Amino acid sequence: MVRRVLGYLPLAAYLLALALPLAYLPLRALEGGAGPVPWRVLGLTLGLGLAVVLFAFLLAFPLAWLRAASDYPAKRLLDWLAVLPLALPGYVVAYAWLSLGGRGGILPRLEGFWGAWWVLSLYTFPYLYLGLKNAFLSLDASLFEAARSLGERPLSAWRRVVLPLVLPAAAASGLVVFLHVLADFGVVALMRYPTFSYAIYLAYETGLDRARAAWLALWLLALVGLVLVAEGRLGRPRPPARPVRPWGVRLGRWQLLAHLYVALVGLVVLGLPLGILVYWVRQGAGGPGFLALGPALLGSVAAALPAAALAAALALWLGYLIWRYPGQGLWALAAYLGYAVPPVALGLSMIFFSLRAVPFLYQTLFLLVYAYTLHFLAEALGPVRAAYAGISVHLFEAARTLGERPFGAWRRAIWPQLTGAGLAGGLLVFLATVKELPMTLLLAPTGFTTLAIETWSRVEEGLFAQAAPFALALVLVAGLVTGGVAGFWRRI
Amino acid sequence: MSLLRAENLRFTRAGRDVLAGIELDLEEGELLAVVGPSGSGKTTLLRVLAGLERPDAGEVYLAGRRITDLPPEARDIGLVFQDYALFPHLDVAGNVGFGLYGRAERDRVVKDLLDRFGLTAFARRPVHALSGGQQQRVALARALAPGPRLVLLDEPFSSLDAGLRERVREEVREALKAAGTPALLVTHDQEEALSIADRLAVLHEGQIVQAGPPEEVYLRPKTPFVARFLGHTNLVPGRAEGETARTLLGPVLLAAPARGPVLLSIRPEHLALLPPDAPEGVPGRVVARRYKGHDLTFRVRVGEKNLRVQADYRAPWQPGDAVRVLVREPAAVLSPERYPVLNY
Repeated sequence: MVRRVLGYLPLAAYLLALALPLAYLPLRALEGGAGPVPWRVLGLTLGLGLAVVLFAFLLAFPLAWLRAASDYPAKRLLDWLAVLPLALPGYVVAYAWLSLGGRGGILPRLEGFWGAWWVLSLYTFPYLYLGLKNAFLSLDASLFEAARSLGERPLSAWRRVVLPLVLPAAAASGLVVFLHVLADFGVVALMRYPTFSYAIYLAYETGLDRARAAWLALWLLALVGLVLVAEGRLGRPRPPARPVRPWGVRLGRWQLLAHLYVALVGLVVLGLPLGILVYWVRQGAGGPGFLALGPALLGSVAAALPAAALAAALALWLGYLIWRYPGQGLWALAAYLGYAVPPVALGLSMIFFSLRAVPFLYQTLFLLVYAYTLHFLAEALGPVRAAYAGISVHLFEAARTLGERPFGAWRRAIWPQLTGAGLAGGLLVFLATVKELPMTLLLAPTGFTTLAIETWSRVEEGLFAQAAPFALALVLVAGLVTGGVAGFWRRI
Repeated sequence: MSLLRAENLRFTRAGRDVLAGIELDLEEGELLAVVGPSGSGKTTLLRVLAGLERPDAGEVYLAGRRITDLPPEARDIGLVFQDYALFPHLDVAGNVGFGLYGRAERDRVVKDLLDRFGLTAFARRPVHALSGGQQQRVALARALAPGPRLVLLDEPFSSLDAGLRERVREEVREALKAAGTPALLVTHDQEEALSIADRLAVLHEGQIVQAGPPEEVYLRPKTPFVARFLGHTNLVPGRAEGETARTLLGPVLLAAPARGPVLLSIRPEHLALLPPDAPEGVPGRVVARRYKGHDLTFRVRVGEKNLRVQADYRAPWQPGDAVRVLVREPAAVLSPERYPVLNY
């Protein structure tokens, strides 16, 4: 019994580490009494969220169907195409589209609601793609055929059989996209569209109204909580079942149209942003941007490396607990809480917490790494948990009966099978941390700079050519890390 | 003094007594089979003995030393898992040598064990490239390598093909005897238990209901559960009068003297079918005949009761034939069970 309690210590410590700073948010917000209900921000945020989910759904649905239910030939390509946008920082995509429009550009200036809507949809649709793909993959072709044989026309067979089976997955993924809209800072900030995240930042940085920033952050947290509850109501998406007979609709002459659609999506989500980036890099070649590249890269790595290592180590530990003591779903869920807290709110709470409780930590690299680790732990936990799930607990127990203490048994019997997942998890956190913007802006020590900060601050001032080298470096890191993760993942 | 001793082991999970007061002894050099139906607590018992689970009450002693609170690595007890739990990142030699320290010592013991188990040619193979029988040998060799005082085996043959099972069973028994390591194996397969063990313990609902040499437990079951679990039997009520009992099969010799109303267990092979004009036995009629190649099973109606009779391949009877039924061996007297008799 004592051992079991001791085993939960790291989880409890993690929760405490998260709850302690967050507690300072209401403390600070309610110091001057409750503020007014932020109707305007609420409306803007909800409107953007819904619009993005809708558009992302429309983008992802045909792709997922082609991938999972048709004989479309380039399925691997489709998977890459639909997942790679996730690796790009949103503000880099926003930067590309921003620089296309306006004075001297080839498009009308893209900003505000439409700008945020367009860019957020383009880089969050992969979540819907993945959810819909799994739903289609687990759908048995015979279900559709049964409906047809029972007298339904193709369209009504879709409506009565396919949609009801696919919609739960779509709803779950839609909520994930919605959460990302709530959490996003870079895109809405560049598009000057004040959803909660941007409004909080404005209140804090520009308006110096800390009570209002905290009050808005509290509302944002409440909204996130609501979405999480809705997600819980939907239930966990079932792992894709192996259908008896998967769908393989023959495209025939329609294949050409499918290719066209895929090419168009590829161009818009990857080709165009990257092309524009390359254009700006050439424009600014040798300019002042390149000179500052070194320190920014160094800063990014200095913050991301310890966070990645820490998160990976913590994930291996928590993953072990979840693996050894299953049936404690609530604890496992707790590990994902930090991920759900929008970075702006987490960053703000870290500031309040450090100023009040641990002033010597305010504006230190330590605090930044601490916030990163709390927030991105879930990213490392994903592959690590999956790897644990594939290992029989008996291996651990066999090592114990052969004379190993618990840690020795883990190190000799379990860890060798987790190295790939541990590295993949660490890399994911590394990438997420390098890309991360709002917490970095809020918590970075004075004079400390990163690729994300340099990119953002230049784009914000319209210095597109100067921002290019930093953005390109970010994209290169993203590409390298994604390739690395894919490599390690295969070894799992 | 016995090598392993379990006293009043209790283990409760989700309000259910998985182990309800286990009493168990295992002697030096012995091969003990704990047999019971699924859900009787076999695997839990092994896990408690190995130290992987902590009992809620009771004690475990190994060679007189109390080990109830020792972690698994400090117990000197080897365990062979039902799924073998071979380390997938290590080759055969790496698995066998896992629990050994010191290079020279490890190399020597591993070489010796691989040799003994006929695995030398596979030393550098990954474990997933082996057949089921070979994996099972690696698992046993790995458990024996650190020289444990005792090896526990969890359903060691259940994942093998029927054809392979009998051979591997022999191999395992020989390997254990050659190593001189006492072993406790659990199985739900009564035939396996009867054929491999020096001694048998029947587990039912978390308790050892009977233990002894296989012949004794088979021939003298103490309860209806044991009688039926270890093989087919006929449960026949009667009135005991000392050495014999009056039953619908006439006076039947008892294995142990008793008085009053009793329930007897008479094995099918202890009944003989005779021609209707024979001087012995009681009259009956053949109801069904099942041909199994090497022998025959009859269902014979005597009075109100259908009896199962095992006969040799020559038995000429067909359904409808009149026969006489003779009891050839003393019948086991069963004591009533505390728990309701289950239907098997």
